[in-house]
Amino acid sequence: MTATTDAPAMEVGRDRRRKEDHRLITGRTRWTDNLSAPGMLHIAMVRSPVAHATIGSVNVKAAQEASGVIAVVTGEDLADEQGTLPNVWSITPEQKVPPHPSVAVDTVRFAGEIVAVVVARSAAQARDAIELVDVDYDDLPVVLDTRDALADGATILHPDLGTNESAHLVLDFQTEGAAGNVDAVIEAASKDGIVFEREYEQQRLIPAFMEPRSMLCDPTGEQIVLWSATQIPHVLRVLLALSLGISESKLRVVAPDVGGGFGGKLQVTPEEFITVLVARRLGKPCKYTETRSESLMAAHHGRAQHQKLTLAAKKDGTVTGLKVELEADMGAYLSLLGGGTPTLGAFMFNAIYKFDAYRFDLRTAFTNKAWTDAYRGAGRPEATFGIERLMDDFAHELGMDPLELREKNWIRHEEFPFTTVAGLEYDSGNYEAATARAKELFGYDELRAEQAERRDRKDPVQLGIGVSTYTEMCGLAPSRILGALSYAAGGWEHASVRMLPTGKVEVVTGSSAHGQGHETAWSQIAADALGVDFDDIEVLHGDTAVAPRGMDTYGSRSLVVGGMAVVAAAEKVVEKAKVIAAHMLEASPDDVEFAAGAFSVRGTDQAKTMAEVAFAAFAAHDLPDGVEPTLEGDATIDPNTFSYPHGTHLCATEVDTETGQVTIRKYVCVDDIGKVVNPLIVEGQVHGGVVQGIAQALFEEAVYDESGTLITGSFTDYLVPSAADLPTMVTDRTETPATTNPLGVKGVGEAGTIASTPAVVNAAVDALRPYGVDDITMPLSPHRVWRAIQDGADR
Amino acid sequence: MIPARFDYHAPTTLDEAVRLLAGAGDEAKVLAGGQSLLPVLRLRLAAPEVVVDLGRVDELRGVREDGDTLVIGAMTPHAEVAASDVVRRHARVLSEAAATVADPQVRHRGTIGGAIAHADPAGDMPAPVLALGGELVVVGPGGRRTVPADDFFEDLFTTALGDDEILAEVRIPSHQGWGGHYAKFTRVAQQWSIVAVAAAVRTEGGSIAEAKVALTNMGSTVVRATAVEQALVGAEPSDEVVRAAAAQAAEGTSPPSDINGDADFRRNLATVLTRRAVLAAAGS
Repeated sequence: MTATTDAPAMEVGRDRRRKEDHRLITGRTRWTDNLSAPGMLHIAMVRSPVAHATIGSVNVKAAQEASGVIAVVTGEDLADEQGTLPNVWSITPEQKVPPHPSVAVDTVRFAGEIVAVVVARSAAQARDAIELVDVDYDDLPVVLDTRDALADGATILHPDLGTNESAHLVLDFQTEGAAGNVDAVIEAASKDGIVFEREYEQQRLIPAFMEPRSMLCDPTGEQIVLWSATQIPHVLRVLLALSLGISESKLRVVAPDVGGGFGGKLQVTPEEFITVLVARRLGKPCKYTETRSESLMAAHHGRAQHQKLTLAAKKDGTVTGLKVELEADMGAYLSLLGGGTPTLGAFMFNAIYKFDAYRFDLRTAFTNKAWTDAYRGAGRPEATFGIERLMDDFAHELGMDPLELREKNWIRHEEFPFTTVAGLEYDSGNYEAATARAKELFGYDELRAEQAERRDRKDPVQLGIGVSTYTEMCGLAPSRILGALSYAAGGWEHASVRMLPTGKVEVVTGSSAHGQGHETAWSQIAADALGVDFDDIEVLHGDTAVAPRGMDTYGSRSLVVGGMAVVAAAEKVVEKAKVIAAHMLEASPDDVEFAAGAFSVRGTDQAKTMAEVAFAAFAAHDLPDGVEPTLEGDATIDPNTFSYPHGTHLCATEVDTETGQVTIRKYVCVDDIGKVVNPLIVEGQVHGGVVQGIAQALFEEAVYDESGTLITGSFTDYLVPSAADLPTMVTDRTETPATTNPLGVKGVGEAGTIASTPAVVNAAVDALRPYGVDDITMPLSPHRVWRAIQDGADR
Repeated sequence: MIPARFDYHAPTTLDEAVRLLAGAGDEAKVLAGGQSLLPVLRLRLAAPEVVVDLGRVDELRGVREDGDTLVIGAMTPHAEVAASDVVRRHARVLSEAAATVADPQVRHRGTIGGAIAHADPAGDMPAPVLALGGELVVVGPGGRRTVPADDFFEDLFTTALGDDEILAEVRIPSHQGWGGHYAKFTRVAQQWSIVAVAAAVRTEGGSIAEAKVALTNMGSTVVRATAVEQALVGAEPSDEVVRAAAAQAAEGTSPPSDINGDADFRRNLATVLTRRAVLAAAGS
């Protein structure tokens, strides 16, 4: 053929509607609950209605005799084979990890814990039979708050541990030029500066993914196959093998299309263990799909920490040190990441600011509530909330504009790369540019003027402005750092790129998507790298038999780590193809150049397309010496460092002081996530993320009553906002490319969630400062806001 | 959804429905739009042996005028009530309230009769019907009877309906020429009312001639705010005057305390929302 000089438009950077969306949105796809296997049985769980009790007896006779019931399995029946659910993150060498049987054997520690398992021919029969299981509970006192859990004389959830404290982690950081550790810096500030202390609450949230968890295990083939609505098929396979003693080679895990996770499906669950154990025991495929109520009560929750922050500063507002003391609620057992989630916050409380000394002091504790683990942002939203609330409150204390205080303390653009007090090297950033753009879009000065005017005329609807200048660490994670943090696994990612004989492409990724749009974004990356059509690329993922190596999807890691593996694998394809093309063109590889999907001999019109080379590699009739048939490339990428997206979010709220209703009047976010592969996907991530953060600020909370029963056990009471409750937001980006990866990308999956919560709360508090209000506990329900106004007026 | 097992009947006439219900004993439930019944079946908070579905009883559906009376069939969905010009003309506050129920899906399935018979004190249909002096026509084996709304709502989820009776229609005296407003307070759009206020106001020569006000979720049943109504007669519809009258809105109520607010907060909401509803009604 003849080489053409018309290069196709670049795919990277282009708005592409997601190729996976039609099947995901219509639901005509392979959700786990849509799958069935020959002779499949159905599982239903008997769950404890009480939060803390010893199990007297479990009478299963009536259930066993019920119509269609095949088996009823108790904790005692499984005691010898169920092992314990894994925790993979030892945040301290002394961390206490209690045994966690999938089916409780002698004690239940939260309402919703599984005490027996019914297997029946139909889902309805299983559901009917669980009502016939009679469990005798001897109630124990409940512990529902970490403060109570850590107090002297508290009821101990796991008596063998002797304490409710799982771990106490203290990380002391100081810069080389520091006068001393944080105690010394605070001491100095107390004499000749300002010491500013605040306590904040991070309420307990429920991830509330759209697709309830579902799993199907087929034990009838050579490999036991587990389909599960999970974020982590690869990690799950390893941990099933290690925990249940099944040979890893005899296990295959498939995450078919998965309907959202937000960290909530980054878990190795009792339900998965039970489904595998029961299927293996009965020798038949078994399926379990949770109800929404079960999901809200027993899938892991997130956040849940008390924060105490002590800031040391000079009188002009220059911050010199920060002490962070956290109590994080682990719930009844230590989850997969357990204390690791709040630990991620250790590197983020210092945020975008420069100071000399910093201490992160974390105590993790057990309570009689559902276990907690990663939830969109995982440790970073909690930290960002703490520091960004603190900066707004401190600005108010100083009588300074909150943006001015931040600017005084943030890392200036010309100072990058910058090593923070917490020891991370931020490669790039431009806080000035993002903030300037956000102020402009927001109309900052005009809104401040309106705020003053409304205050003057004592308008019952007050206006407040909230700021959040966030950063986050994305691209989890360099394996050596995970090792240093005593996390059990690495943070690499794998991809292979296969040219098929007809010129079509399969991209295999270990990054298992559950709604993020990998199929589209990876296609765009591969299309540019290989010079093939977007539509000719198929992205395969989520099955350990198809994508044998992977670390899965969480922590805004997919593009920064998994996407780079696609880039590297495609480069290997091009490299090999070039050698074959040169041979076909009877030229030296050094004289062959690759552009727009074709290999051409420099200075001639002689060329071969990628498709022609792929077929030649397949036919293998005439390959250069030493070149193996077929055309594919494999790459495993372990990042050297994290990436650091940042941005400035500004929120204006109107607060109806008569009712306490908080309404978002304007929301502007300017994010800097480096280079963008697909702006449309980024826009979706930002919108969804911001909304999830607003939901924490205003609406959502897992509430338990004093007996440990989850009150917010359905969507009637757990208030996930809908479009009707949310503002139209203004989004924009600045672009400071990451210097640490070839595409200059940073990650966007969690940015909105991390940024928006403090912006909204800061705005509501700002509106009410004249009413004597300086904090309101989230969510900012009208009742709480109204109460804060009454209390403020009383002061 | 996997409810406990029950027998299901889907009659096509009201007579047949009454007969089936009478034959089913006291473990039967009537299914209207299902927006409250299906969730409790799904959660197994209720396990009736028989469900009589009124969904195919066409005679129970629709809006009409009967002289000076607005008549709404019990199986008329909220969306139809909200969209009806006839309802808007005769009972503006009811029209507005119907438009605030939950979300569009619920409004297209849920019915006015189902909501009234369910008698959830946080439901939005009872207060406008009570405020406007509506009547409920119920049909049972003994025939038809008419119950004033004042006597219909007895307690939490409890009405004057007998176990063997079906709510057939809602009759409301025309309030043509009256203003009306339903002020509903929620945290998220699809939520039950934390508190809501239904107000209908007739103005004459620039002052309020008559006012009718009823409160949602301020006790175990919806209640009339009679003190407010009386205080408003002859009043000028200004912020100051209405504020003073509305201050009595919570008198004699016993609102619940729950995660959305305690009783004090609800009392405050009742006064604020009453003022707003009355002012809006007077201006509409």
